[in-house]
Amino acid sequence: MNFARVREKIAFILLGATMLIIVLPILLIIWYIVSNGAGAVTWEFITQPPRNGMKQGGIMPAIVGTIILITGTMAFSLPLGILSAIYLVEYAKDNFFTRLIKLSIVNLSGIPSIVYGLFGFTLFVVYCKFGASILAGALTLAIMSLPVIITATKEALEAVPQSFREISLSLGATKWQTIRNCVLPYAIPGILTGTVLSLSRAAGETAPILFTVAAFYLPRLPHSLFDQVMAMPYHLYVISTQVPNMPLKLSFATGFVLIMVVFLMNLVSIVLRAHFRKKKQW
Amino acid sequence: MVNVNPQVIIQTINLNCFYGRMQALTNLNIEVYKNEILGIIGPANSGKTTFLRALNRLNYLNPTYSQKGAVIFDNQNADDIPDDMLRKRIGIIFALPQTLPTSIFQNVAYGPKVHGIKKKSELQGIVESALKKAYLWDEVKDRLDMPAPRLSGGQQQRLCIARTLAVEPEVILYDEPCSGLDPISTAKVEDAMGELKSDYTQILVTNNTKQAARVSDRTAFFLMGEMVEIGLTNTIFTTPQDKRTDDYVTGRFG
Ligand SMILES: Nc1ncnc2c1ncn2[C@@H]1O[C@H](COP(=O)(O)OP(=O)(O)OP(=O)(O)O)[C@@H](O)[C@H]1O
Ligand SMILES: [Mg+2]
Repeated sequence: MNFARVREKIAFILLGATMLIIVLPILLIIWYIVSNGAGAVTWEFITQPPRNGMKQGGIMPAIVGTIILITGTMAFSLPLGILSAIYLVEYAKDNFFTRLIKLSIVNLSGIPSIVYGLFGFTLFVVYCKFGASILAGALTLAIMSLPVIITATKEALEAVPQSFREISLSLGATKWQTIRNCVLPYAIPGILTGTVLSLSRAAGETAPILFTVAAFYLPRLPHSLFDQVMAMPYHLYVISTQVPNMPLKLSFATGFVLIMVVFLMNLVSIVLRAHFRKKKQW
Repeated sequence: MVNVNPQVIIQTINLNCFYGRMQALTNLNIEVYKNEILGIIGPANSGKTTFLRALNRLNYLNPTYSQKGAVIFDNQNADDIPDDMLRKRIGIIFALPQTLPTSIFQNVAYGPKVHGIKKKSELQGIVESALKKAYLWDEVKDRLDMPAPRLSGGQQQRLCIARTLAVEPEVILYDEPCSGLDPISTAKVEDAMGELKSDYTQILVTNNTKQAARVSDRTAFFLMGEMVEIGLTNTIFTTPQDKRTDDYVTGRFG
């Protein structure tokens, strides 16, 4: 008997089983939502506002609201997150203060989203007098996604070999030219992955938008950043818990559309990643 | 061969280098002459790399590094020259061939590009002449778009030389440029250095004493962070002043 071979087989089966345990629930959830909700996703569902106590019509304002919120979140958190990560990795001196900041960022990503919601409400809605608005909601979501974006960007930057920086600097490039030409291009795939992960989470969160932007029922589309909007996660929460005799398939259909939006975002990031890999000229 | 009235291009005055508390170079006073090839020999950890990287301030990339004393370059204190300007004028070739993961062309064009040259035709001219000077042109002229990391080690090292030449430095530092190369590639790199003599000042750190004997005009012997001796290569290898130098070049060193 060849023990090494047997052990190899056992390891293989164990790893395969672990894989299945992880993937199976995800597949089940998706199958459950798709099989219950896909039938109700019609053209009307995604292009019409809700009617008749939200029991009929579609969820167009919630889809638009969620997309606006993600875009707004991205507009704030992407530049801020990427620039702070660049500062932390490339410029900050390694001292007590820097280490404290890095530790805080890691800890911030563990804070429950409802706390971000209350923080955003206090700061943006009340103190800054933005009221419940797209601006307040997007800022709150942005602050919530920042820790993950910063951490992902930081790791992507740190993964770029030090030799690339040395080559560039030794040829007389300035620090910024070096970052711009020899570091960022190689970090972009990692940055994209982290960013999309974080934005996907923001897209599906209810707690942070609860007090800062989400409207219970608002069929018309917003006119400015200071308007409220409906949003899919909150709408899903409302129709599943607050509206009596709600047809179940509408809840599932809403969940289905939300998943599709997140899926589309991931698809875009995959395409972008492939594009940047190609540009690398390996 | 050596200038009768040599012109000093680089000079260090009581240069002391530290990594944290660890002293890597002690009271170094050395003069480098224009257009010479200065060989630096010495056992591991004698401070050869530290010396080279002190000249173009690359040591400062290490946050624990500090130095005392002065490096004078072209009659100016190197501390007063902005890092990017200084490094444009003093290029370096690292021990292991370090290519960027882009094409051969992009590797060589990188320097000129960051220094503001944008015209494609102008870049092409610079890349071609740099590759020719580094003895690489004939081997790569038909595949400039190939990823540079796919070249052989020796070709990559000559690509690094071409990349440095493309920014037109005045001084080229080599840190054991042939340590990973076979004898034929080594000979090609040495040939390139010989060709470059008329236009550049070159400092060659090498673990291979024979190489220093072959290519350098003058040779300096470093030991434990100090320069033991410097002189004409011939003198250092035949009639050195210091016994430690003699032991080292004759291979009797511990
Ligand atoms: N980044 C660093 N951090 C701490 N100490 C260092 C660092 N680089 C070099 N040293 C120390 O400085 C001393 C001189 O090192 P250096 O690399 O200049 O020697 P070298 O002569 O180039 O050696 P080798 O022939 O092995 O390349 C050594 O004792 C080394 O341990
Ligand atoms: Mg060395």
